[in-house]
Amino acid sequence: MATMTDTAIAQPAVRTRKPGSRIGEFAAYLQALPLLVILGTFLLLPLLMIAVVSFWDYDFAAMYPDFVTFNYTETLGSWVTWKTYLNTLKFAVIVWMITLFVGFWAAYFLAFHVRTSAMQTVLFLVCTVPFLTSNIIRMISWIPVLGRNGLINSALVDTGIVAAPVEWLLYSDFAVVLAMVHLYTLFMVTPIFNTLMRIDRSLVEAARDAGASSWQVLTNVILPLAKPGMAIGTIFVVTLVMADFSTVQVMSGGQSASVALMMKNQMSLLQYPAAAANAVILLVLVLMMVAGILRIVDIRKEL
Amino acid sequence: MTKAAEIDIASVSKVYGQSTAVQAISLKIPAGTYCCLLGPSGCGKTSTLRMIAGHESITSGDIRLGNVVVTDLPPARRGTAMMFQSYALFPHLDLVDNVAFSLKMKGVEKDERRQKALDMLRLMQLEAYATRRPAQLSGGQQQRVALARALITDPEALLLDEPLSALDPFLKIRMRAELKRLQTSLGITFVHVTHSQEEAMALADLIVVMNDGRIEQAAAPRTVFERPATAFVARFMGDHNVISGRAVASGNGVVTLEVANGGQFKAIGDAADIGGPVDIAVRTDRVRIGHPDQAGLGFNGIVSNIEYRGSTVKLTFDGAGVEDFTAILDDATFFQQTIRVGDAVPLSWGGADAIVLGRVAA
Repeated sequence: MATMTDTAIAQPAVRTRKPGSRIGEFAAYLQALPLLVILGTFLLLPLLMIAVVSFWDYDFAAMYPDFVTFNYTETLGSWVTWKTYLNTLKFAVIVWMITLFVGFWAAYFLAFHVRTSAMQTVLFLVCTVPFLTSNIIRMISWIPVLGRNGLINSALVDTGIVAAPVEWLLYSDFAVVLAMVHLYTLFMVTPIFNTLMRIDRSLVEAARDAGASSWQVLTNVILPLAKPGMAIGTIFVVTLVMADFSTVQVMSGGQSASVALMMKNQMSLLQYPAAAANAVILLVLVLMMVAGILRIVDIRKEL
Repeated sequence: MTKAAEIDIASVSKVYGQSTAVQAISLKIPAGTYCCLLGPSGCGKTSTLRMIAGHESITSGDIRLGNVVVTDLPPARRGTAMMFQSYALFPHLDLVDNVAFSLKMKGVEKDERRQKALDMLRLMQLEAYATRRPAQLSGGQQQRVALARALITDPEALLLDEPLSALDPFLKIRMRAELKRLQTSLGITFVHVTHSQEEAMALADLIVVMNDGRIEQAAAPRTVFERPATAFVARFMGDHNVISGRAVASGNGVVTLEVANGGQFKAIGDAADIGGPVDIAVRTDRVRIGHPDQAGLGFNGIVSNIEYRGSTVKLTFDGAGVEDFTAILDDATFFQQTIRVGDAVPLSWGGADAIVLGRVAA
C-alpha cells in the first residue's frame, strides 16, 4: 500500500523532468569530483599498485614486473605467517574485548550519569586530551612507568610487596595490550556515546514503568540500542589493531610480532612484492571481518 | 474486568531547584473516572501526572491509590501504567515483544507472555502487525500499541501524557472516541493530560484546570464550562468574555461592577467587597445585538473584526472599558442585518448569562 502510493507520487515526477536537468546532473558530478580525485589518487591508485606489485618478481636489489604467484604461496605457506596472523588476531580480540567493556561503561557514564550537557562536553574533551600528543610519545611514556626501575616496580619493591622487580610489566604482550587499550579506547567511547545520546530517555522510563530493574533496563533496552555504536567502535579498534606495528614493536621490545611489523621488516629488506602480497592478504582479512560485523549489526541508521 | 482505584492527591508539591512546578495541590479522583488535567504548557499538569506515575519524586505531600500510599513506591509497584507522549515504544522490539515487555520483566515464560501479548494485540486489532517494528506503523497504530503495552500490566489507573498530541486532527478525533470507549469498557481510572479544552470536554468526567502549579477548578465538564470558577478558567475554556472592574454594589445575589471608564455591569454572584476587584464572565454565544432590557446587561461596542465560520460568525468588539469582547452569532441572525468593521453596535445579554468569577488566593 505504502509502496503503491510512493510510486504513484514518483512517476509524475519522472515524467515532468525538465529538459535542462542534464546540466543539473553534470553539476552534481562536478561537485563530487574533488572527493573522487582525492580518493582515487590517494586510496584506489596506491591499492591498485600494491595489488599489481604483489605479483612481481624481486631479488635483493630490484623488482621485476612479472606475473608470479610465489609471493602469495610463500607467504601463505610459511608457518611464521600463520603464527604472526594468529598473534595479531589474539591482540585484536583481547584489545577489542577490553576497549568494548571500558568504552561502553565510560560512554554510559557520560551519557546517563552526567546530568548537564556542559559537563558532558567537558568530560568528553578530557577523554580526547591524550590525542593532543602523538601515539609514539604516549606509548614511550609507558616505559618509565612499567620498566624494571619504573614507577610501579620501584613502588612494589619499596613497599616490600615483591622482592625483585616484576619482569612482565614491560616488553611483553601485557604491555602491548595495555598500550593499545590506552591508545584505542576513545575510538570505542565516541561511537557508543553517540548512540547512547540518541536513546530516547522516555524509553528508560517506559521500561521502569513496566517494572524493569536497572539491570533489566541495561540488558533489555540500552545494550540492544547501543549495538550500532559498538559495531562502529569495533570496526575502528579491530582495523587499528590489525594494522598496528609501532605499538607492538615498542611495547614488546621486539619479542612479539604483528602482520604490519612483518611487512615493515620485509620492506626494510627491500622485499616489496612480498610485503605487498602480505598487505593484500591483510586487507582481505580485515574487509572480511568488517563485513562480518556489518552482517551482525545494522549500522545504517547511525550514518 | 479490572479493579479501579481512587486516586487521592494530598497537598502535593514539586520543586525543581528554585522553581515550584506544583504548589500543594489536593485532588480526589474517584475510582473509574476519566479525569483530564487541563492547562497551558508549564502549568504543572505533566509534573502532577508523572508524580502519580512515580517517574518524578514528590517534594512534599502524599499520593494514595486505592488503599495504598504510593508516595515512595517505584512506578511498577503502584498499580498504574503510563502511556508516554511520544509512546516510547522500544524501536528494537517487534510489537509482540513491546507489549510483552512488562511480562518479560516479571519473568513470565516466553510462550505464555507472547500468547498474552497476542491476545492484547488482537483486542487492539493489531494482530496482523504482530511481527512488525514500531517504526513500520502509523501514528494511530503506534498509539494502540502503547495502549496495549500499558494495559497488559492490568493497571488500576492508566496515566496518559498528551496521548493525542502527535496525531493529525482527523485521527485525533477518532482516537479520542476509542479512548473513551476503552475507558468505559475497562472501567479503570484514566488520568489524561492535555492542553486542549476541546479534548478535555469530549472525554472527561472530571476536568481539572491547572495554572501556574495550582488547581483553578476541578469539576464536571459542564460545570467548568457553564460556571468557570476563575477568570483564568473562563479565558482558557474559551467561549467566555471576561470583564474586570470594581464592585460598586452587591446584594440579592447580584453584583454590580464598574469598569475603568464608567460602564456598569450586573452579574449573578455572591456578595463581593464593595470597591474590591471583580471579574465577570459573559458567554460569547449568548450575546445578542440589540439594546439591553435592563441596565448593566449590555454596552455599545465598535466592531473591530468579523470572522465567518460557516454556521456561526464571530464578531469582536471594543467598547467603553471593554476590549476584545467576542460575540458568536448564528449565520442567519448575522446576515439579517449589515454589520461592518467600524460600526457602533448595541450589545446585550440575559441576566443569567453573566456570572461573577472567583479569584484564587495568590
